[in-house]
Amino acid sequence: MDFDLTEEQSLIKDQLDRLLKDRYAFEDRKKYMAAAEGFSPDMWSAYAEMGLMALPFAEEHGGIGGGPVDTMIVMESFGRVLALEPYFATVVLGGGFLRAGASDEQKAELIPGIADGSAKYAFAQMERGARYDLAHVSTVAKRDGSGWTLSGAKSLVLHGDSADKLIVTARTAGKPGDEAGVGVFVVDASAEGVSRRGYPTQDGLRAAEISFENARADHVLGEAGNGMPLVRAVVDQAVAALSAEAVGVMSAMHALTVDYIKVRKQFGVAIGQFQVLQHKAVDMFIATEQMRSIAMFATMMADSDDATERARAMHAAKAELGRGGKLAGENAIQLHGGVGMTAEYAVSHYFKRLTMMNTLFGDGDWHLRKLAAMGGLFDKAA
Amino acid sequence: MDLRFTPEENAFRDEVRAFLAENLDPAVHEKLKSRDYAGKADLVAWTRILNAHGWGAPHWPVEYGGTGWDPMRQYIFLEELQKFPAPQPLAFGVNMVGPVIYTFGSKAQKERFLPRIRNLDDWWCQGFSEPGSGSDLASLKTRAVRDGDHYVVNGQKTWTTMAQHADWIFCLVRTDIAAKKQEGISFLLIDMKTPGIEVRPIVTMDGGAEVNEVFLTDVRVPVENLVGEENKGWDYAKFLLGNERTNIARIGVSKQRIARIRELAALEFSDGRPLIEDERFREKLAAIEIDLKALELTQLRVVAADAKRGNTGKPDPASSILKIKGSEIQQATTHLLMEVMGPYALPYQPQDEVGRNEPFDGPDYAAPTAPSYFNNRKVSIYGGSNEIQKNIIAKAVLGL
Ligand SMILES: Cc1cc2nc3c(=O)[nH]c(=O)nc-3n(C[C@H](O)[C@H](O)[C@H](O)COP(=O)(O)OP(=O)(O)OC[C@H]3O[C@@H](n4cnc5c(N)ncnc54)[C@H](O)[C@@H]3O)c2cc1C
Ligand SMILES: Cc1cc2nc3c(=O)[nH]c(=O)nc-3n(C[C@H](O)[C@H](O)[C@H](O)COP(=O)(O)OP(=O)(O)OC[C@H]3O[C@@H](n4cnc5c(N)ncnc54)[C@H](O)[C@@H]3O)c2cc1C
Repeated sequence: MDFDLTEEQSLIKDQLDRLLKDRYAFEDRKKYMAAAEGFSPDMWSAYAEMGLMALPFAEEHGGIGGGPVDTMIVMESFGRVLALEPYFATVVLGGGFLRAGASDEQKAELIPGIADGSAKYAFAQMERGARYDLAHVSTVAKRDGSGWTLSGAKSLVLHGDSADKLIVTARTAGKPGDEAGVGVFVVDASAEGVSRRGYPTQDGLRAAEISFENARADHVLGEAGNGMPLVRAVVDQAVAALSAEAVGVMSAMHALTVDYIKVRKQFGVAIGQFQVLQHKAVDMFIATEQMRSIAMFATMMADSDDATERARAMHAAKAELGRGGKLAGENAIQLHGGVGMTAEYAVSHYFKRLTMMNTLFGDGDWHLRKLAAMGGLFDKAA
Repeated sequence: MDLRFTPEENAFRDEVRAFLAENLDPAVHEKLKSRDYAGKADLVAWTRILNAHGWGAPHWPVEYGGTGWDPMRQYIFLEELQKFPAPQPLAFGVNMVGPVIYTFGSKAQKERFLPRIRNLDDWWCQGFSEPGSGSDLASLKTRAVRDGDHYVVNGQKTWTTMAQHADWIFCLVRTDIAAKKQEGISFLLIDMKTPGIEVRPIVTMDGGAEVNEVFLTDVRVPVENLVGEENKGWDYAKFLLGNERTNIARIGVSKQRIARIRELAALEFSDGRPLIEDERFREKLAAIEIDLKALELTQLRVVAADAKRGNTGKPDPASSILKIKGSEIQQATTHLLMEVMGPYALPYQPQDEVGRNEPFDGPDYAAPTAPSYFNNRKVSIYGGSNEIQKNIIAKAVLGL
């Protein structure tokens, strides 16, 4: 076993952390959030210059040839500063679909745009009433000559308002919930028949409601009626990436909290002297380290071809994110007292981000139920 | 022992319910149900309806406009308000400063302030906490120095709920810097229009603007606005904080939220069926209900004991149990509501008093879910944090 990063990976991490330290203080983040896009286009360019967008793609497509560990490193660092840019939507989700689902031709056409930072993507998946069921798709894909047109409504599309390209799930056959009959399409966000309404989310990011009215798809990824395995594979990678981000969020939140209870004085002493608060801070620390370990496990499994084992790992990681994130987040607020309740201090933003991450791609209890239904984690491997 | 309510108490409950159904503006009712929130004008209008009916301050002594209800009826009344839900009378007035004034205040203060509190002619806020004095309230530094027939007040209060609406603030101020910290504190009533008072909003993490900083610079307060004796303010503050036994657990609020959870979990689908049919979900809800039922009976034990011995107004460690469990249950219900809404808790909609700005295509009722979960983190922090409440029980009950 080897828990160490390679030299290249350490380099990326150091370089990114330095960039974020210089340009992603909490006050900077407030400014970025207030921008029209809801994030910083300058930071986006800086990431592209660093090669972060190219990270997970093969060299032949203009990429750097990194893997899930590289994504883990980047996501953890982004988590630590609550980065607002659509890296997750573009590179992890959009890029994930292209890597796993696109033909060589499509890759050659689309990946360079992501890799050089010029194209932003969003995954238009959720529909009203679907909750966390990925196969609950009622948006319709219709044959139109050699191509496809899409009609339907997608909800809560992360960074859907700033995306240039949309990855859209739509049904070629069957009914909502059926595993068969779902296709994965690439649609230009400015195509005729696409309308979008963006709004802020509780954690300071952006999302959009998007509707399609006979909108032309530019590409179908893989076989039109058999897209669900692709969707599940990419969403599993996304869950691994979110888990890594959660590690960053939790460790920064924990550091803020420990710093605070060292300096905040009541009854003539730093409140960190009170054993009950020490133990809560320790519980947060343990939750953070447990999250780090399970995120590593998820990262290791993210690329696995064994869909069942991969799913178990992701259920476990996402369940832990829900449970540990809640414990750490609620304690962070409690230990800050009134200051924790304010929008002005960073800590509440970490808590809100963790809370909202729990609702993405299934909340903790939902994943726990799925894992239990699969017989748990140890029934085979032990 | 008989844990049932008496027929008279049940009849009283029916009377309260009928009154609420008949008199509360349906628009306000809906706002409270869906958004946990009613605006200032709503509360003022409602308080006046209650007061016209003689219910402006039910628990006060009859001579000051109270109803003469025993503690059980007072409890039933409050629970029905919360469950309905209807706006609750402004606590800073009727529950906090009102009882301090009728217990320790001068005749002139009683005549001047009490009727206006009952009718919400004066909106009161509470100026206790300071930036350096939260849990350790007695360390407060805001100074009041006697100058002829005025006190001159300098300092800063913070976390002052609804100070932006307030006509008056009741403050703890330091009048003797040489004395032991609890012994140099006085209780002052200050008109918010006095020159030298500045209110600055603090935005909370849910985007709300319910708390404020209040800066006091050379604020001249007439000596007649001192409550009771100089340097006895800490006693009055303890009386005020200990007086809050009937409402501290907010049982009715949690009952109302549980009803809401049931209602919405029947509308939201998970894996092809209403969430309320999911066994795991129902178990979680049932577990909270057990907690709440037990707490309700704990609350009623306290109320019954009060009814027997008369409310002494002394701090009672039982209120710490009610505060701790009550806040935990409120937080658990807001969290479960998050689970009901699932991904639809995500969109942020700026709060305002009138309605929604940017509707999205999800269910309307989802909008307040996350803000309410975030906002309810406060209930284990304010009014003596849960850690402080546990310290109180450890010391006062367990003898540690
Ligand atoms: C099954 C078993 C096997 C053992 N085997 C061995 C052995 O092989 N060799 C050996 O040397 N000893 C052994 N021990 C002894 C063991 O190390 C002691 O029980 C342990 O150190 C606790 O001491 P105590 O029992 O005196 O409890 P105490 O120290 O009196 O503790 C009582 C409680 O107070 C808490 N407490 C104490 N101090 C603090 C503090 N500062 N802050 C917060 N809480 C505190 C403890 O956590 C505990 O909950 C064994 C004990 C058990 C139960
Ligand atoms: C939404 C909101 C509304 C409020 N409204 C009002 C109002 O209208 N008027 C008013 O006067 N005040 C108000 N408050 C202030 C409130 O009473 C204080 O926030 C509270 O007393 C805690 O003080 P603090 O925020 O300074 O936290 P601190 O006292 O700094 O506490 C920080 C942490 O340390 C813990 N801690 C402190 N001392 C100990 C100890 N001895 N042992 C163990 N743990 C300890 C606390 O439990 C907490 O977890 C409000 C607060 C909030 C959040």
